[in-house]
Amino acid sequence: MIKLYLTGLMSLTLMLSGCASLENDKRSRLDLIKTRDKLICGVSGKIPGFSFLKSDGSYQGIDIEICKALAAAFLGSPNKVQYRPLTAPERFTAIKTGEIDVLSRNTTFNLSRDSIGGNGLTFAPVVFYDGQGLMVKSNSKITRIEQLNDANICVGSGTTTEQNLNDAFEEKKINYKPIKYQDLNQVVAGYLQGRCKAMTSDRSQLAAARTGFKNPNRHIILNDVLSKEPLAPASIGGDQKLADAVRWVIYSLITAEELDINKANIDKKIKLATEDKSKTSLRRLLGIDPGLGQKIGLSDDFFVNIIKSTGNYGDIYNKHLGKDSNLPIPRGLNNLYSKDGLHIAPPMK
Amino acid sequence: MKKRNLYVLELIIGIIIISIAGILINNLIINLIRTNMGLSYSWLMQPAGFAISEYLIPFKPSDNYSFALIVGWINSLRVIVFGLILSTFLGLFAGISMTSKNLILSNIAKLYIGLIRQVPLLIQLMFWYFVVFLGLSEKPHDFLWSLGNISNKGFQLLGIKLSVEYCALLIGLSVYSGASIAEVIRGGIKSVSQGQWEAFRSLGLTETIGLRRVIIPQALPAIVPGITSQYLNLAKNSTLAIAIGYADIYAISDTTITQTGRAIEGFSILLISFLLLNLVISKAMERVNTAVNHYKK
Repeated sequence: MIKLYLTGLMSLTLMLSGCASLENDKRSRLDLIKTRDKLICGVSGKIPGFSFLKSDGSYQGIDIEICKALAAAFLGSPNKVQYRPLTAPERFTAIKTGEIDVLSRNTTFNLSRDSIGGNGLTFAPVVFYDGQGLMVKSNSKITRIEQLNDANICVGSGTTTEQNLNDAFEEKKINYKPIKYQDLNQVVAGYLQGRCKAMTSDRSQLAAARTGFKNPNRHIILNDVLSKEPLAPASIGGDQKLADAVRWVIYSLITAEELDINKANIDKKIKLATEDKSKTSLRRLLGIDPGLGQKIGLSDDFFVNIIKSTGNYGDIYNKHLGKDSNLPIPRGLNNLYSKDGLHIAPPMK
Repeated sequence: MKKRNLYVLELIIGIIIISIAGILINNLIINLIRTNMGLSYSWLMQPAGFAISEYLIPFKPSDNYSFALIVGWINSLRVIVFGLILSTFLGLFAGISMTSKNLILSNIAKLYIGLIRQVPLLIQLMFWYFVVFLGLSEKPHDFLWSLGNISNKGFQLLGIKLSVEYCALLIGLSVYSGASIAEVIRGGIKSVSQGQWEAFRSLGLTETIGLRRVIIPQALPAIVPGITSQYLNLAKNSTLAIAIGYADIYAISDTTITQTGRAIEGFSILLISFLLLNLVISKAMERVNTAVNHYKK
């Protein structure tokens, strides 16, 4: 009886998984997005700076800007987006079942998620280099991890937070004492009450938590990064057309910052390039000379549309995470490669 | 007719229980097959790779998971054993005070029991830890002619150092269980007939001696079973330690499970060890119970 039940259930699972692969027809999802005239974007909606629901009902954050840039490039308008708030366990299923087109939800890019044998996604370039960090009170005069010798560190129970903390401290031969709580709120309480010299979590989360403090500017996040958490948008695996388009939209944002093209000066740049025929690469990029857009299934003015809607990567960063936001996370790794950061776009030609 | 209905009902309930258990076990087996994991305890010998804030036997992150779990168990037992002792004294004192003729004493005891029994334990622990202990000054404050000191890092007396997490958990658990134990003791004392009180008073015995020699021995058979269940509760409640940063067995298991992904194995160890601990407590209390009832005869 149980054996029969077991075989029944197993064959049902097999049948359903078979269905999922059959459903993938040859048509790219990019064409579907264009026919629908709407991009469905999976977001979190709960993380200040990344995607957060404002009191007026609109979403804001860097993850949201990515959705807007994609919609501007694909459909010509940043408003043609439908946001789908997703929890962490839901997000991969939502892509696989086709409920969303693109996932822009502070998701760490790693091998298991980017492979056919794993979660079966295709990742776009990294939009935010996060990593586990440490926050200390600024009056403690601590600026480097080495100064935390023999200190208590408040840590939450999470995926690999404790392990990362230990790896970093062991490697530098620094003694420490972890005070482990169950969730971030208790970590914050323990830290603010002075039980620990420092608290640890992902740097973006530390910055977000800090906005809730009474005096946010009395706390600093150290420059030392304990683990790699590169966050990137993702789309379904095996759909090169969509993946290419998403990839080059992200690169467009970075390219624009490299070339110092922003919302304010783009019209001037267009004028300049239209008049000066010798600026061939700029003319191609701005779609004055056709070709680039077509190759990735988009209109030739996709670059112009993106920058007019969201500005370049630096503008987006400063607005939501950087100096103009209430999180102020220093750009650090998220600066351009020319400014000692990690962001670099391959040539757009 | 009625009897047959009963059989049908039993049969239906039986089938429901068996199928629920069957579904759960099937789910487990299918998921284990799908993820290619299978049950394994070999990770117990792998290095833990995380530090523990306090330990009685030296522990390094390079030691293996099983050693980490043992360290966690010792931390748990440390709280449980002293919690049992402290809560018994507290409960005894409050329980006797409630029956006392001294109005101040009995009202204080009533207030204590009333207050503590209405507030959830988790909230009490948070209060003890975040408000009382972490609210202490960061600079150590000496007491008893500098024999000890206390700060929001910990408590120290004659070279014995206790962390604030341990103190908060021990006091929170003891105060909480103490209130329930007090009620059990009060009930036990009340169960002894009024005539016994009058008897020892007419013999000219003082209240204290009469209580100790006449009333309590007769109240014990009614008290012990109630206290046993409070002891078991205290042992189980000690797992709330994770909320206030104490490295008990549950906190360590939690880290172990997230790091290894071995939830079933981790929880099975946790379940079995708590089962064993509570069996030990029950057996010990059973002995006490027999001794107490023997004395009654």
